[in-house]
Amino acid sequence: MADFETVTVETDLLICGGGMAACGAAVEAAYWAKKHGLKITVVDKAAMDRSGAVAMGLSAINQYVDLNSGNNTLQDYLDYVRNDLMGITREDLVASIARHVDSTVHLFEKWGLPIWTDEDGKYVHEGRWQLMINGESYKVIVAEAAKNALAEADGEYFERIFITHPLMNGDKCVGAIGFSTRENKVYVFKAKATMVAMGGAVHVFKPRSTGEGFGRSWYPPFNSGASAFFTIYGGAEMTCQEVRFIPVRFKDAYGPVGAWFLLFKAMAKNAQGGNYMQENAAELDKWEPYSKVKPCPANLRNWLMMLDVMDGKSPIYMHTEDAIKAIVDKAPDAKAGQRQLKELEAEAWEDFLDMTISQAILWAASDVEPEKKPSEIMACDPYFIGSHSGASGAWLSGPEDLQTAETKDEYCWGYPHMTTVSGMFAAGDASGASSHKFSSGSFTEGRIAAKGMVSYVVDNGDGPGLDAAQVDALTAEILKPLSTFDEHKAETTDPDINRNYIRPTQFMYRLQKIMDEYAGGVSSQFKTSDKLLERGMELLSSLKNDADNMAAEDLHELMRAWENVHRMYQADAHMRSILFREETRWPGYYFRADKPSIDNDNWLAFVNCTYDRATGEWNMMRKPVKYISPNV
Amino acid sequence: MPSFVIAEKCDGCKALDTTACQHICPNDLMVLNTDSMKAYNQEPAMCWECYSCVKICPTQAIEVRGYADFVPLGASVSAMRSSEDILWTIQFRDKSIKPKRFKFPIRRGVAEGQAKAFGHYPTGDDDLKSATLMCEPASLNTEKGPVKMDAVPTM
Repeated sequence: MADFETVTVETDLLICGGGMAACGAAVEAAYWAKKHGLKITVVDKAAMDRSGAVAMGLSAINQYVDLNSGNNTLQDYLDYVRNDLMGITREDLVASIARHVDSTVHLFEKWGLPIWTDEDGKYVHEGRWQLMINGESYKVIVAEAAKNALAEADGEYFERIFITHPLMNGDKCVGAIGFSTRENKVYVFKAKATMVAMGGAVHVFKPRSTGEGFGRSWYPPFNSGASAFFTIYGGAEMTCQEVRFIPVRFKDAYGPVGAWFLLFKAMAKNAQGGNYMQENAAELDKWEPYSKVKPCPANLRNWLMMLDVMDGKSPIYMHTEDAIKAIVDKAPDAKAGQRQLKELEAEAWEDFLDMTISQAILWAASDVEPEKKPSEIMACDPYFIGSHSGASGAWLSGPEDLQTAETKDEYCWGYPHMTTVSGMFAAGDASGASSHKFSSGSFTEGRIAAKGMVSYVVDNGDGPGLDAAQVDALTAEILKPLSTFDEHKAETTDPDINRNYIRPTQFMYRLQKIMDEYAGGVSSQFKTSDKLLERGMELLSSLKNDADNMAAEDLHELMRAWENVHRMYQADAHMRSILFREETRWPGYYFRADKPSIDNDNWLAFVNCTYDRATGEWNMMRKPVKYISPNV
Repeated sequence: MPSFVIAEKCDGCKALDTTACQHICPNDLMVLNTDSMKAYNQEPAMCWECYSCVKICPTQAIEVRGYADFVPLGASVSAMRSSEDILWTIQFRDKSIKPKRFKFPIRRGVAEGQAKAFGHYPTGDDDLKSATLMCEPASLNTEKGPVKMDAVPTM
């Protein structure tokens, strides 16, 4: 194996990640760090312009509370999020993000993001909380502002460094370690405070595709569980690890349906032309009180559709042609109707081209003209995405001024958006129980947490030191897959097949097969049970042993090896949390066949967990749900 | 082969310090074959078809062919991105369907490179311990909205 150089970087504020949350953190940290003479370092596994889930672009900003218009209040947003998550939400964190998010969106516009406006100059809403944008360069623009902010504060930016582990001193986080994916260098970042903003987790479950389309997950495949692993391994308390998200999207290419449902008012129907939301409405009685509040929670809308699929009533079609006809028919004359059709057509295609180009390819290759024929929709595979309609992530301290007498002791222990580990902060997909923050809210949470980080460093001064033995041990562990490959590769004529090791791709397939079959993946129609989970955990434990025998030929494959270790810890936390929660609460995300109903008397509570890296033991716990809304 | 490189057009970015596609791919897929000095996608089954490589390629050498396991052959979606807008061309499998062309803006009012993070609004109390973020509370308001917030709202 080639020699590796160790590069040590000392900094005050370390931001791990390069997506929306990390960019928000960089901007806000730069503002406050400059005043307090602190150094910021951002470390990213990709290149910031196209790093993270917004790499391709987005066609809408999904969180804009619009307090300024007087149409909505913070309370309205809390009511929406709490109900969508079937009661399981940290209202203090949701409010913390919601009260700042409009400021973020207004800054995006100042930075050059084109937000659609109407003839009066008001923003065009896709839905109550969503704004339409020309978002091809959304991430490029945000990254540009973040890089300019960093430059003003003399901050440093490292790209193509893959962070694998936190560095710890006792219970405190003192930085992070990883390696360059471009040259033989291990990077040791020593920091007084560390931000975890490395995205969610995809490919923990088997996707629907079987071949080349494996990478066409709805959420990007490069969101590989780094945040979850970093916080779990560091001993941070985790929350909502059972709350995965399964979006319903156009089938196979996973193009967005939001504009079709919300903006164009299209209907989805089963193959017989039945409307599952109406025909299966009686099912909603089982999921009260949340099922009877408008809008119906996303997981229940999924569930009503899945019932039809299980009944053999698929394909399920989005009736784009009827929606377009209804809009054109309302036009005053034929000419106006034609003009409207042209506008709609551009809007519909842009929706795909801004954020899921594959869907445009699939439509073109299937000769779909949406005004002429409907298109299939389907539930995707499960994702870990605390920023959207899932909720998995680290358990964070909420801001003090948003607590009530009842919530204060449970939810507030330190600096805003800090984990239970001193010096470790989290934002975006890395933070849990604060769903529906999306791109704008993730950026906003990065800002809030970054200000908290600066405050922490100013108060705590020099952090504890770094133990050289820990760095040496982790360096050896991180590089081991390279030496395993070198040591054994000559034994067989095909380096892929060797009794001494497993390569990362096959390791990922094994993880996905376990999760798919035992933890309620696509092929088991999202259904699992206590016995299935117990068997799945047995299989996972042997996979965990085999992780020590992963082999990597080069730096790219070494990154793949560690990505899959990260995914495996997310999988472990997920199965344990589903098993611990003895009910089914989100039937359209997963269904526990042995506990098939919601149990609000016993389980209107968070499932939290911690992991002890010294013993490998997990500790599962129930934490109370306490709302800050006065009348709930 | 989701994103693929047309051999004839790729010059290995010899005029640049680094290969553009290799620099930008969020999943570390694009690499330069140093023998042929042409780029290629080293792991097509991990490609998200995000078009970051297509949009950045200085010689328009990269295109995308839809995932073979579910996309019929014969269609194409191509992108030409400038500093202010993006031009898309969509060709259908059925050549009797007229190709579609769309041009969408990608930024407005701020030249490339000029997005300045600070200075758009004053920052209120400027107190590290308060809930007030950079540019707040002024940035919470717009000229259009009737509600004027003079502090970060609480419940």
